[in-house]
Amino acid sequence: MRRMTYRQAVTEAIAAEMRRDDSVVFFGEDVAKPGGVFKVTPGIYEEFGPVRVRDTPISEQAIIGTALGAAITGLRPIAELMFADFIPVAMDQIVNQVAKYRFMSGGQFTVPLTIRASQGGGGGFGTQHSQCAESWLMNFPGLKLAVPATPADMYGLLRAAIRDDDPVIVLEHKSLYNLVGDVDLEAAPGELGKAEIVRPGQDLTLVATQQMLHRALEAAESLAEDGISPEVIDLRTLVPLDGETILRSVQGTSRLLIVEEAPRLGGWGANVAALVADEGLFHLDAPIKRVNMENALIAYSPALEDEIIPNARKIEEAVRQLLSET
Amino acid sequence: MALEAGDRLDKESRMRALLAMVKIRLAEEEIQNLFMANLVRGTTHLAIGQEACSAGVALALCEGDSVTCTYRGHGHALALGMSLRALMAEMMGKESGACRGRGGSMHMTDKSIGLLGANAIVGAQLPIAMGAALTAQVKGTGAIAVTFFGDGAANIGLFHESLNMASVWKLPVLFICENNLYGEYSPIRETTPIDDIADRAGAYAMPGVIVDGQDVEAVQAATAAAAARARNGEGPALLELKTYRYGGHSRSDTGPYRKPGELAHWQERDPIDMLAARMYSDGELDQEEFLEIKDALAQEVFAAVEWAKAEPFPPPQSLADYVYASD
Ligand SMILES: Cc1ncc(C[n+]2csc(CCOP(=O)(O)OP(=O)(O)O)c2C)c(N)n1
Ligand SMILES: [Mg+2]
Repeated sequence: MRRMTYRQAVTEAIAAEMRRDDSVVFFGEDVAKPGGVFKVTPGIYEEFGPVRVRDTPISEQAIIGTALGAAITGLRPIAELMFADFIPVAMDQIVNQVAKYRFMSGGQFTVPLTIRASQGGGGGFGTQHSQCAESWLMNFPGLKLAVPATPADMYGLLRAAIRDDDPVIVLEHKSLYNLVGDVDLEAAPGELGKAEIVRPGQDLTLVATQQMLHRALEAAESLAEDGISPEVIDLRTLVPLDGETILRSVQGTSRLLIVEEAPRLGGWGANVAALVADEGLFHLDAPIKRVNMENALIAYSPALEDEIIPNARKIEEAVRQLLSET
Repeated sequence: MALEAGDRLDKESRMRALLAMVKIRLAEEEIQNLFMANLVRGTTHLAIGQEACSAGVALALCEGDSVTCTYRGHGHALALGMSLRALMAEMMGKESGACRGRGGSMHMTDKSIGLLGANAIVGAQLPIAMGAALTAQVKGTGAIAVTFFGDGAANIGLFHESLNMASVWKLPVLFICENNLYGEYSPIRETTPIDDIADRAGAYAMPGVIVDGQDVEAVQAATAAAAARARNGEGPALLELKTYRYGGHSRSDTGPYRKPGELAHWQERDPIDMLAARMYSDGELDQEEFLEIKDALAQEVFAAVEWAKAEPFPPPQSLADYVYASD
């Protein structure tokens, strides 16, 4: 076991896979010599050299397209897009190429490609550098989507993504880069498609990811003082989605609250709600509730940014409201 | 750097080029019939008139090289060696098609011949070939990659990103623009402020070569020269093949936007006739032999079509296959 930050877990995961497999290459804007704009990848270039680790021009589409071409011809690329807000710049390559390449060819290719980007609000980066991208990316069969919330999961899921034969987008929440946790560097890679019950409880199920997971846990801690015991689930990957763990939890708690760092309309939580409405309605004693951002945008001003992104207090209130309804 | 075109091929290579071009033309004429008969769905883009481009480039490539191309890609597929059966079955959406019926006319792909895929998003195929070139560079295989695109694609943002990045990384990739003077229904002079796409190469510090795209030997020679350079670690090149499509952009487009006489003018320099004439005058072919060749290929096309017609569609329950590696 080693204590390390979420940021270091990224570096360790990339380094571990590059040591293990010569076909792993890594490129993106300012990731090699500079070590990344969030200093997430220092030392990778020094250890693995300029053939396998490259700085690219500011060319998001070319980065993803080149990574795809490399993936279908025998490399296992890790492509970084810096801020997840830049994903739309490369959207055609992600949606029409990466996601569809295997299918369109009738299975002639696999696409062992990992795309990394850093997402999320709370840092005062303004409207174009603070969004969460996962809900944009769920409507494209062919992609997988991981959203690790802890250093251990970052290490486990990023390695799983690199080893996976499908394209996996790994979104790193930038508010978590300094989060410290224990990481077993010898552990087997994580499993894509497995949620985790991070806090067992009986009174309701709280489903969250990344920054919202930590805020949900904070709310749970405070609620526990009043004898309320939420069960908190970290989804870890959104595609595949571990519906089984959610349904089993709801069966025990009879109530569901979904916490998302995304606007309400079209957020991934709607899919979780639909799943439970579909397959778990008769477990429920209360309507399914969601805590989201309003259908508004993230402002630069801290007064507005702090207000729009759900916090522990809002989650706590929503829990009390939900429990009072039944 | 000047890449000299104009080398002449030996008889055997000329014969290969001739066979490829005739096969492409006959296959595409048949595809048009199949489309009109509703056996080919959606849309289809023919390259009749442009056969020397795909055939000439294919002659200059080696085993292990990779190619990406456009929705106008039946010719590239056949020139690289896709079987007529796989092509025709794919056109009809059959399970035995090149992409098991999942791709169709615009997505011809055959990994076994290095065809990494035809693309239906204008310009999207450029960086995919660069990825294959990156693999060759990282693994030191000596292979190169080629990407075909149209004159219209030279105005896509990804064209700029791709040529720039390929040049900076000295990737062994050839950017081959088939300038057929039109992007869909718009003449190049109305969408592009220059006549020669090759002029843009200078901005990326790579050679830009204008090639007679109707002369299969010129195409082969220019490609071979650029390929040798790329294999030697000297980086990418931009080749502009001046060519013309005899038909419309797609489906039943008759090309009303063309200038009167333009088609006839280009047909005077038909790539198949030009090569055949050269082979006649060099005593490498006579008219009777040529007729026999055409006859045999027509039979082959006919047989492939009849075979494909009788092939089964993919089973409905397989609709979710090949989405993920585990499927
Ligand atoms: C990104 C994108 N924009 C528009 C289209 C529609 N479209 C299909 S082919 C085409 C013309 C492309 O012209 P060119 O690159 O010259 O190729 P050609 O068809 O002449 O071979 C257009 C506009 C598309 N498929 N993709
Ligand atoms: Mg054109």
